[in-house]
Amino acid sequence: MTGSKRILITGLSTYWGGLLARALESEPSVEAIVGVDNEEPSVELERTEYVKVGAQHALLRRVVEAAEIDTVVDTRLVVDSIVTSPRLAHENNVIGTMNLLAACGGPESTVRKFVFKSSTHYYGSNQDDPAFFDETMGRPHPPRTPIERDVLEAEASVAEFADRNPSVSVSTLRFANVLGPDVRTSHIDLMRLPALPMILGFDPRYQFVHEDDVVHALEHVVKNDLPGVYNVAADGVLALSEVAGLLGKPYAPVLPPWGTGLATAVAGRLGVRIPPEMLNQLRFGRGVDNRRFKAAGFEYGATSREAVIGLAEHLRLHPLLREGAGEPYRYEREVEEFLRWSPNVRNSRPKEVAAAMASERSAAEPGSASTASTLSPGPPPPPVDHFDDLEAEEVLPLLGSLERTDLEALREYERGHRARDSVLGAIESHLARPATAS
Amino acid sequence: MPERARTPLSLQERPAEEDGGRSGLPSLRDDDLRRHLPGVEPDRTLTDWGRSERIEGLMDKTLVDFLYRYWFRAEVEGIENVPAAGGALLVSNHSGALPPDATMIAKAIREEHAHPRPLNITVEHFFKGYPGFSMLLPKVGAVAAHPANVHRLLYDEEQLVLVFPEGRKGTEKLYKDRYRLRRFGRGGFVQAAMRARVPIVPVCVVGAEEAAPVFAQFNLLQKLTGLLYVPLTPTFPHLGPLGMLGYLPAKFKLRFLEPIYFDEPGREDDSSEVQTVAHEVRARIQENLFDMLSKRRSVWFG
Repeated sequence: MTGSKRILITGLSTYWGGLLARALESEPSVEAIVGVDNEEPSVELERTEYVKVGAQHALLRRVVEAAEIDTVVDTRLVVDSIVTSPRLAHENNVIGTMNLLAACGGPESTVRKFVFKSSTHYYGSNQDDPAFFDETMGRPHPPRTPIERDVLEAEASVAEFADRNPSVSVSTLRFANVLGPDVRTSHIDLMRLPALPMILGFDPRYQFVHEDDVVHALEHVVKNDLPGVYNVAADGVLALSEVAGLLGKPYAPVLPPWGTGLATAVAGRLGVRIPPEMLNQLRFGRGVDNRRFKAAGFEYGATSREAVIGLAEHLRLHPLLREGAGEPYRYEREVEEFLRWSPNVRNSRPKEVAAAMASERSAAEPGSASTASTLSPGPPPPPVDHFDDLEAEEVLPLLGSLERTDLEALREYERGHRARDSVLGAIESHLARPATAS
Repeated sequence: MPERARTPLSLQERPAEEDGGRSGLPSLRDDDLRRHLPGVEPDRTLTDWGRSERIEGLMDKTLVDFLYRYWFRAEVEGIENVPAAGGALLVSNHSGALPPDATMIAKAIREEHAHPRPLNITVEHFFKGYPGFSMLLPKVGAVAAHPANVHRLLYDEEQLVLVFPEGRKGTEKLYKDRYRLRRFGRGGFVQAAMRARVPIVPVCVVGAEEAAPVFAQFNLLQKLTGLLYVPLTPTFPHLGPLGMLGYLPAKFKLRFLEPIYFDEPGREDDSSEVQTVAHEVRARIQENLFDMLSKRRSVWFG
């Protein structure tokens, strides 16, 4: 960690915003994580604080100053017109970025690092593109679609910010098309169709990045000092026909090569949305050179091909899982505030925070659950209070509420002491169950 | 118009890219990046360039093999001048219409060379935008003639690349101008080879001009169809689009000339040096073409 202690994440409700916050929570050197967004977070978070605020410059500035933020991770950029209307996307992408940068800049600002999540839409898709764009190349023609224009404008203001604030380390990550079960993009929507629509006579080259690699890439930049621009795209550039093959679907060259715009308008009426920025990609495709980020020490978890295969598996399972998938996480302000701030909450915090707090409390409350397990050498005491006093039938209902680590500790303890078969068997069956919380 | 439509091969000829190099990229040497090329995924049938071994192999075993052996009865000289390893830039004369010369050069390397290697053929960006061509050409080893593509292939991936410096001017030329080389661009190909520090191997092809002679160009039809050019050949356009492939059985002769090496770095910035080399390459190809033509007794039997 190069000094990123107090982190502000914008776009907390996005998949990567939420997961990045979660990944940073387990980092002991990170003191504070503040997430801002207009919408509520979509993943369960332990100690990240959510502030419901849009991209209003004055409010953001107050948040940044009050929390003494040193690192800002901006994951807010909309790069797919399926997410929102072009007008709102523009508001968010261009005006929002400007406001956020204004809130972070200035001589007395505490911000030392700014990470910007951008998109390879920066390069566009054109006939006279190189096969692999590297970070120094611009696009051969000015953009024609609103999203691409937004990406360019937002990056321009980030670059200007970097020039004006030489003391701030500015990293821009340009992500290729994201694939994964938890994100929604127009490309994934197309892949859900029974056949993959293509433009007749074209087989564009596509490069993807797995959704988890997006989170890891952001984390990598937060943890390492990497100013500059980086392409983030997995190894391997696939032809769209190859993608269709991996998905196990036929490819349908249903879009005519001429008058494609008209045909997509018809398709839109029929419920298949093909946004304009995607149309060029369906025709010319795009590949980027991902070597600079790899040279900066990042390792991808999946190649493009593996990302597509992973998505294919998810798409096959999805209709079966819809019933038993359980409730998705919903943010409830009161519950989250209770969990974070109530003095009655004892063991829902991450280990290091809990340990720190427990050591303060330990004088007043000897034998508290988490203190007991973190302190004391020698034979480990049971992770349940007054365990020795409990009978087997009293123990069994408690097991369901314990963490895996606690269960394992309890198993060791039980083996070493009374070694009751009923208790050991119950613990084993709880351990064998897959973790449900995550 | 022809100037604008040309595919520039050197970086300097491209329009200045906006805010290029402003973001203070960390200085990485190119060698560092070479180590980070993506690995080969054995289950894939396509390369990252979109080249398909399967389709190429199929074409090679059928149509290309037939043309090479029986239709054009190709004769090859100096194949040992193509390096067995490392990148090299092959530079050849180009003939009109949809010429078979590139395919035959690739086939010659596959057939006659001690270490057969795939050849990447640079083509106009136009083909990427035209339905059908856009799908098929990359599958059989065609790559858009972008300087970054050529550099990556030559330097990073150490492959063989074939360029036709005459470009469109070569394919547009009429039968009466056969075997007379057009201007060699602005020497972009020389810069590409110097920057990648790979040798240039000049190649002369005799026979392609007679296989698909172009008698005239239809400018009006060209505008209507949006094609690069619409030539009048013995079989096109009256026999339909496949008439483009109606080659006459001229005898093919290919001659690979001695490679030209560029060892010391930084020569690509010296434009007079670049022009000198470009002229030299052009002169050597032209000289050898005339030599081969003077020895040829029959267009059809060699």
